[in-house]
Amino acid sequence: MGEIRGAEIQPHQFAAMTTGKQSEAETIGRILAGEKELFHDLIRPYERMVYLTVFSVLRNETEAEDAAQIAIINAYRHLGAFRADAKFSTWLVTIAMNEARQKLRREKRAVLESIEETVEESTGDYTPAFLTDWREIPLEALERKELREALQKAVTELPDHYRQVFSLRDLQELSIQETAEALSMTPGLVKVRLRRARIMLQKKLVPFLKKTPPANRGWFGRAR
Amino acid sequence: MKLECKHVWGYISDYIDDSVDPAVREDIERHLEHCEICSAILDSTRNILILTADKRTFEVPVGFSEKLHRRLEEEMKKEPKLDEK
Repeated sequence: MGEIRGAEIQPHQFAAMTTGKQSEAETIGRILAGEKELFHDLIRPYERMVYLTVFSVLRNETEAEDAAQIAIINAYRHLGAFRADAKFSTWLVTIAMNEARQKLRREKRAVLESIEETVEESTGDYTPAFLTDWREIPLEALERKELREALQKAVTELPDHYRQVFSLRDLQELSIQETAEALSMTPGLVKVRLRRARIMLQKKLVPFLKKTPPANRGWFGRAR
Repeated sequence: MKLECKHVWGYISDYIDDSVDPAVREDIERHLEHCEICSAILDSTRNILILTADKRTFEVPVGFSEKLHRRLEEEMKKEPKLDEK
C-alpha cells in the first residue's frame, strides 16, 4: 500500500478539537440543517477506518478505494438516519462493511464465504508457535520493511471471517462490542475468532521474529 | 488453580484484552512468572498487535483522501437535500 495521505486527524483528536464548542452530534445537526460542507471535517478522522474496513473484505486496493468512497457518500446521503444515541464510528463501519459485502455479492465472490461462515470450525491447529528469544521493541521492529510486509501478507491471507474480526478489533482498535455490532455477531463469537486469528498470525510471523536478536529484554514485558 | 501451558494459550487473547476474570488472571500471571515459553508467546502476540495498529503497517493509498473529497464535493453539488428518512 502507498504512503499515508490525508486522514491525518484521528477520531480522538477531532473529539478533543470539538469538545465543548462543537460536538460531533452538533456537527451532524448542522450538516443536516444545511451546512453540508461540514461533512468534510466530520469524515476526515474516519477515512482510514472506512478504507481499512472495506479492504478487510475486498483485499484489493483499487476496489477498496472505490468501495470506501461509495460507503462515505452513502453515509453522507443517509446521515439523517443516524441515531444520536449510537456511536458515529460504529455506524460508519457498519455502512462500510455492508458496502464491501454487497460488492462481493454483486461480483458473486461471496458464495464460498457464506458457506464457510455458517460453520464455526471446532477443529484446526490453534496452538501458538514457540519462541523464547523475541521481545523486540515494536517501534524498532516497524523500521524493518520485511516485517511490515510479512504482517500485511499474513493478515491479508487470514480466512475471511477471521480477517474481518481481526481488522476491526486490532487494526482499527474497535472494542469487542463495537466489532460485534458492526459484524452482526455476538461478542462471544468475536472473541473466539479473534483468539484464532491472533494465534494464526503469531504462528505465521515467528519465522520473521526469530531472525531478530533480542533487544532490551524485559522492557516490553508482560501485561501491566 | 495451577494452569498448564495449553490452558494459558487459550487465555492469551482475552488476557491481552483484559477480559479474563480476576481469579484466572492471577493464575495466568503466576504461570507466566516461571514459564518462559508462555511469556514469549504472550509478548510476541502482543507485539504483533502493536505493529498491526501502527499506521505505517497498513496505509491508505496515496491520494485517497483528495479523491474522496472531490467526489464528495460533486455529490454535495448535485444533492440539494439530504435524505432524512
